[in-house]
Amino acid sequence: MSERAPEPVTAAANPPLQPLASNLLPSDVIRVSATSDVPAPERELTPVAKLIDVSKCIGCKACQSACIEWNDTHPDLEENVGVYENPHDLTPDMFTLMRFTEYENPVTNEFEWLIRKDGCMHCADPGCLKACPAPGAIVQYSNGIVDFISDNCIGCGYCVAGCPFNIPRISKTAHVSKKCTLCSDRVAVGQGPACAKACPTKAISFGTKEDMVTLANERVEDLKSRGYDHAGLYDPQGVGGTHVMYVLHHADQPSLYSGLPDDPRISPVVRGWKGPAKTVGLAVAGLAAAGAVLHGIFARPNEVTAHEEGEAEELVTHRNHAPQGDREA
Amino acid sequence: MADKRIYSAPGDRIETKHPVTVNRYRGYTRVNHWVTAACMIVLLISGLSFFHPSLFFLTGLFGGGQMTRWLHPIVGVVLVASFLLLFAQMWKLNLPRREDVEWSRKIGDLLQGNEENLPELGKYNAGQKVVFWGMSGLIVVLVTTGIMIWEQYFPDLVSIPVRRIAVAVHALAALFTILIFIVHVYAAIWTRGTIRAMTRGTVTGGWAFRHHRKWLRELAGRQGSDPSK
Repeated sequence: MSERAPEPVTAAANPPLQPLASNLLPSDVIRVSATSDVPAPERELTPVAKLIDVSKCIGCKACQSACIEWNDTHPDLEENVGVYENPHDLTPDMFTLMRFTEYENPVTNEFEWLIRKDGCMHCADPGCLKACPAPGAIVQYSNGIVDFISDNCIGCGYCVAGCPFNIPRISKTAHVSKKCTLCSDRVAVGQGPACAKACPTKAISFGTKEDMVTLANERVEDLKSRGYDHAGLYDPQGVGGTHVMYVLHHADQPSLYSGLPDDPRISPVVRGWKGPAKTVGLAVAGLAAAGAVLHGIFARPNEVTAHEEGEAEELVTHRNHAPQGDREA
Repeated sequence: MADKRIYSAPGDRIETKHPVTVNRYRGYTRVNHWVTAACMIVLLISGLSFFHPSLFFLTGLFGGGQMTRWLHPIVGVVLVASFLLLFAQMWKLNLPRREDVEWSRKIGDLLQGNEENLPELGKYNAGQKVVFWGMSGLIVVLVTTGIMIWEQYFPDLVSIPVRRIAVAVHALAALFTILIFIVHVYAAIWTRGTIRAMTRGTVTGGWAFRHHRKWLRELAGRQGSDPSK
């Protein structure tokens, strides 16, 4: 077997020429959907992250093209309806989407074009994985990548309800859920995601999460020096932080950017539905069934007596001509 | 004279007199009941496989997770159609009556085997009525929330926040359905002589006398009149 690929620290490097073995192994999985006893991994991968610097984005959609090409998806050709989004939304064939917002800044009275690259945020606490009922359909690796394993996916759409960012889309043909993989297949062989590699302005960077936070802080400082007082890093702690982060010029109002959630977290409804309530419910149903069986074995059954059969015969034979009036007696 | 039915349904009649057997459910009603029951069992098993990871293996009975995901809502729609037919036949005799209050208050006597202390009843007792209306209500909740989360055909029917509530309510309603299902099946087994009402269609006169005396009295009084009225 060939040598294992190194863990990638950048998307900028070109791939090595010699064949390398995958370095993202089944044993690197730390969470598995609908599975409670995941074996502790033998090693811990360095957490990775993609940093999207919204202030540098020019909306060219090279990232979308690179995503389509690398993942070999085939988004439908759509009608132009007068907006820049294309396609109209994330789809099972479009894992990332430039979303365009026209914003009139009330403070400066300046027009701002806020362009955000939407896609899976790779939450540290993934709502999709929590909601999923199919064992092994969603996994989380120790480097932070949340990946859908289509072979195990049943297409129920529970991940759609679980996700705080409205990301998963269910294929109408394959009936499996689809989303950005953070190019787990590229990361496995030491490469950064295709979108980051394709970005012409370096608005998308990729590396260890630590490096990306450092880079983000530099960018935030720069933006602040240029008058964006509220510039900041979007790494929402409500979902334990994310492995896709944004540098925002208006970090105090994330929702300006096409409805990026201000404080995303797994909905309490989903937590209630998927939490201990399930086990309690199962126990209640089990106890009821067991109680019925025990009562059936030990309690005296409700049996009709021969006396009652006689009474019935009496009633049926002699009631025939009895007056109606004494029925209620 | 005895043409108006109060406690019995069309088709209910004294079938034989020595010994007494009473027709409780027509063939059509029995088929209707068992179609509903079969749907319910498929729904409970397939639903439980999504309810808890430890039961996911049950999807194997239906050909895997994808097949189960496809089948569950379709069987749900069949159940709703089937249950509606049952509902149309049974709702009237399941309306609450005065004697249900006393019967419910003395339910302890029933469980201790002193059924003679309970009031005389028509075709259904208060327990059966609770099962009937409980199932009816839960099925309405299940089909409503079920359609909201039917990804294959109604992916955009409701917003995601509504969908979260729907999926939780669906699971909770299903749990109550399981409890009612257990009560229903167990009561039919514990009360000996009941199951034949849904298999052969008849019960013994003694069974009718013991559990549903007003119903038996009405049928006794109706002998000779057209049973289909």
